[in-house]
Amino acid sequence: MNNEIYDVIILGAGPAGLAAGIYASRAKLSTLIINEGAVGGQLTLTEEIANYPGVETTSGYQLVTTMKKQAQEFGCKIKSNRTITRFQLEGAVKSITVNDTETFQGRTVILATGGTPRMLGIPGEQEFKGRGVSYCATCDGDFFNGKEIVVVGGGNSALEEAVTLTKHASKVTIVHQFDQFQAFEYAIEEAKANPKIEFIMESELRAIVGADTVEKIEIEHLPTGNKSELKTDGIFVFIGYVPNTEKVKDVVMVNERGEILVDPEMKTNTPGVFGAGDSIQKRYRQVTTAVADGTIAALSASAYLRQ
Amino acid sequence: MQLQTNLKHLITADDHKKFIEENENVMVCCGRMGPMCIPVYEAMEELEDDYKHIKFADMAFDSPDAHVIRNAPECKGFMGLPFVMYYKNGKVAHASSSILTPQQIKAVLDSKLTK
Repeated sequence: MNNEIYDVIILGAGPAGLAAGIYASRAKLSTLIINEGAVGGQLTLTEEIANYPGVETTSGYQLVTTMKKQAQEFGCKIKSNRTITRFQLEGAVKSITVNDTETFQGRTVILATGGTPRMLGIPGEQEFKGRGVSYCATCDGDFFNGKEIVVVGGGNSALEEAVTLTKHASKVTIVHQFDQFQAFEYAIEEAKANPKIEFIMESELRAIVGADTVEKIEIEHLPTGNKSELKTDGIFVFIGYVPNTEKVKDVVMVNERGEILVDPEMKTNTPGVFGAGDSIQKRYRQVTTAVADGTIAALSASAYLRQ
Repeated sequence: MQLQTNLKHLITADDHKKFIEENENVMVCCGRMGPMCIPVYEAMEELEDDYKHIKFADMAFDSPDAHVIRNAPECKGFMGLPFVMYYKNGKVAHASSSILTPQQIKAVLDSKLTK
């Protein structure tokens, strides 16, 4: 057991966690960020950020690197790639155990655990990951030069990445489960105007089939239940995120989707425990909103400590 | 050509050959500074302290000399960055394509690159 009791322990080092770390440590609160993966979370998966106010077009990695540096310069400690194995969030002093070996104590905890890209969960997905199944167009697009591929999803990421992939692929087929897209209008218009893109609506993938690499997919048309096959060389999956709240859902209140319930001050139902970023219930999930959540959570934690 | 990580960088094919021949257990991540690769480099940096018997390194995917990994028979059919190679006594013990979690890396290290 580490004897130091931190003022604020933040779980998660995406934009929400890093913003909370910047605000808490700048307020002279002893602050520790514990992260289960790489610093930056989903933001590192974003090739280009063009709409972050005050910052000209940059990469997610660069923005994260700057945020991390800012937090550390204010004195925030960051421990990444740790596995949280136990925690106790009730009472005046809360404790977090990582890797079953180290325990950290804090007077407040901010849950900024973010989300994980949603998987299709169908036969063949795991088997062909890196052999035709991909989750990053900018990373893997050039493996599909001149090939025919499928993009799954109907949000901004799916449509924007489908357009990006037309630079490589000879044909991109977007498969979406609903009869309309959830993306912003500009993204829909751009995809529909691209002659290399075709659409299969109200349909879901049921299986990915191949030998060494992906060869075809099985699709079900949802209104009729009719199943068909489509030859393809690759599948890019952009179907949203699931909140990383499995470990805390029995400790703080979550909704039916597992998102943490918070009030406007980012307070959960457990005193001294706050939520921020993509792990909480909210409508708009942007870097800017995550940063705002983290800021509010840190300020609320500071106010809680003064009580 | 060099990646911006804190790992040992393998620049040439000779570097690569020497590194896997001189060390019993080796993990090499061959990628770019992109979203699927960066989490793997960071996980490797964190794991270096816990796996002293394993040597960790990276190699830039677009470096001409990275053909030793890009064209390795074990990487046939790979279509996702990074290409990750695990060597035991100079021979490929395992290879994988695309992003990995620290847990997935540990699982391979614990089973394929034992002391």
